Amino acid sequence: MGRLTFQGGVHPIYRKEITNDRPITPIPAPAQVIIPLQQNIGAPPEPLVAVGDLVKVGQKIADTEAFVSAPVHASVSGKVVAIENRLSPIGKEVPAVVIESDGQAIPLEDLQPYPALEEMSPDDLRRAMREGGLVGMGGAMFPSHVKVTAPQGKKFELVIINGSECEGFLTCDHRIMLEWTDDVIYGTRALMKVTGVEKAYIGVEANKQDAIDILREKLGAEEGIEVKPLEVKYPQGAEKQLIKALTGREVPSGGLPVDVGCLVQNVGTTATFARYLKTGMPLVDRVVTVSGSSVKNPGNYLVKIGTSFGYILDYCGIIGEPKKLISGGPMMGVAQITPEVPVVKGTSGILLFDKKDVPVGEARPCVRCGKCVDVCPVYLLPVYLMDYTLKGMLHRAEEYHILDCIECGCCSYTCPSRRPLVQTIRMGKADVLARRKKRQ
Amino acid sequence: MEKLDNLVVSSSPHLRSGADVEKMMWHVNLALLPAILLSVYFFGFRALAIIILSIAAAVVTEGIIQKATGKEVLIADGSAVVTGLLLGLNMPVHVPLWLPVIGSVFAIAVVKQAFGGLGSNFMNPALAARAAMLAAWPVHMTSYAVPFVDGITHATPLSILSGAAHGELPSYLDLFIGNVGGVIGETSALALLAGGVYLFVKGVIDWRTPTGFLGTVFILTWIFGGNAGLFTGDPLYHLLAGGLMLGAFYMATDYVTSPVTKKGRLLMGIGAGAITVMIRLWGGYPEGVTYGILLMNIATPLLDRYTVPRIYGTVRK
Repeated sequence: MGRLTFQGGVHPIYRKEITNDRPITPIPAPAQVIIPLQQNIGAPPEPLVAVGDLVKVGQKIADTEAFVSAPVHASVSGKVVAIENRLSPIGKEVPAVVIESDGQAIPLEDLQPYPALEEMSPDDLRRAMREGGLVGMGGAMFPSHVKVTAPQGKKFELVIINGSECEGFLTCDHRIMLEWTDDVIYGTRALMKVTGVEKAYIGVEANKQDAIDILREKLGAEEGIEVKPLEVKYPQGAEKQLIKALTGREVPSGGLPVDVGCLVQNVGTTATFARYLKTGMPLVDRVVTVSGSSVKNPGNYLVKIGTSFGYILDYCGIIGEPKKLISGGPMMGVAQITPEVPVVKGTSGILLFDKKDVPVGEARPCVRCGKCVDVCPVYLLPVYLMDYTLKGMLHRAEEYHILDCIECGCCSYTCPSRRPLVQTIRMGKADVLARRKKRQ
Repeated sequence: MEKLDNLVVSSSPHLRSGADVEKMMWHVNLALLPAILLSVYFFGFRALAIIILSIAAAVVTEGIIQKATGKEVLIADGSAVVTGLLLGLNMPVHVPLWLPVIGSVFAIAVVKQAFGGLGSNFMNPALAARAAMLAAWPVHMTSYAVPFVDGITHATPLSILSGAAHGELPSYLDLFIGNVGGVIGETSALALLAGGVYLFVKGVIDWRTPTGFLGTVFILTWIFGGNAGLFTGDPLYHLLAGGLMLGAFYMATDYVTSPVTKKGRLLMGIGAGAITVMIRLWGGYPEGVTYGILLMNIATPLLDRYTVPRIYGTVRK
């Protein structure tokens, strides 16, 4: 029997060997951090501090009453010097709190570890998630306490911990599984308790055999949690593809994983939750893979939220002729126009590529080879979706399920005519949504 | 940070697989090399002259039109070479040497460039040109030669089989290696199969179209191909004879004029196979591969429309 997998997908350039044996190393806090107020999908939190205030590490600096939101916390101790719009790695200017560090890293006094799991109710744990500022750290930044709350009439049956890390270059989740193994397991237990399920899978791509081994060893005879090796294929870590690979079930079009009884949580988020429960220190730092051909000392670094990319790259050293800076992985990450943007909760990687590694070349006419159709993990027809978008035939694009596109980029990656398929489909999705809105 | 003030920004993905249409086209040309060599072996250097003339005419026509219409001149992309080569391989060895030239000019200028160039033509240029030449100069286009013999004959294995010509049916072995009458590039099933396997291994062609094509011809000729009633046909003979291998592996699989969906590609092969058999068994021509593929080319948009795959997370209605 072959390894667990899904249909479609590609085998992109992985280059994980650059950093996968580099242990998680803390980078000294910078003199100044830029902390965007909103680091979540949903409602924007409001600032709780004013310019001139003194703050300590772990102090909540923004929050809101809204359910679909998550607070943010100071990652250094020092003085708030500005609350103003700053460029975020998502590519937008967003309100941010700028803190000048006093270099002391004084933690807030009343941060307390939580009691043992057995002594906490699911509601306690859910509240803890929110208090800790927990959001999906794989990149989506969806508030975790919302994710673990099953909507009325629906029920979780299975917790899936996502350790596939299918993007090239990124190794932060790999290192977390190796070095924070106990936290991953503890966090998994906590998620099982929150959702009230008896069974959890930790899905790991087979190129991380050492992580699979250590997880299995530490789990021992512990019941309920199973480590599942997955075929190495992108986008194995996409929620829907992961669920398909592990359970054979498909999340209904337009639906959520809970519709098939699944909760999917990234290993980084899971371990961070455990660390928060054990220490009481909210999400104020994260592991970031710094890699790419223009980085002198690539590695997996523990950095304070709000540290600028530029500071980190200076620390790691820049070589060659850097031409492209990416937040996240090479397949779905966001290219940056300036290194002044800060690390946020969803920043899994900082990649800096030399000129020679930035693909160039004009798009050629489509020859209808159908490679994009073969690789689409949602079974869409990217060639037609692009065509309909460019021709403004939005009704057809919608009929062909353009909104089901997960934007993994396999189509553009594989296109032998270098056509901007997913890039055009993204525009098409926005157009279709705008058209829907107008009609209502 | 002055090193980072010249960053390029683009929408993800930031990597490309390196797959390249040009490389694919050259793979096709390379895959046809055994067929070219065997055509020269069987039919002499005149076969090579036909191939060279037809390729040269295709490439020159493409270049002139691209230049004249202000487009980028992309003759090195190999697509015009493929068209010229396939058309050349579809000529009998004794055609006058101006015929491949006219055929290639027609293929590129009318069938391909008049509809917008690479990616926009709705019929396979080489096949459409072959059909046009067959209609315009039927005698030239059907005066076949037998390997190693200088004379002209009208007898091909298929025309003998259909009763249109007299002669002794060649053996399976001769059919397989190509020691039979026909156009220069179609006779050797061996050479064409070898190239087809190469294209499959290189990921250039999908198995569905050739399998559907060959499978359909096999089954239908077995059922209806015999004179002694149903299921008395000789399917192996039909597989090896005529232009089937050339059509199934190199022309029905033409990206531009075949469906993009997996099911569509299979139907493309099945449809072309069914039409081929109908023409071979009951039509006026001994061979039907050309029209089988051309008719399916025209049906390609429809096939795409009606074979949209089930999307992840939806239930087929």
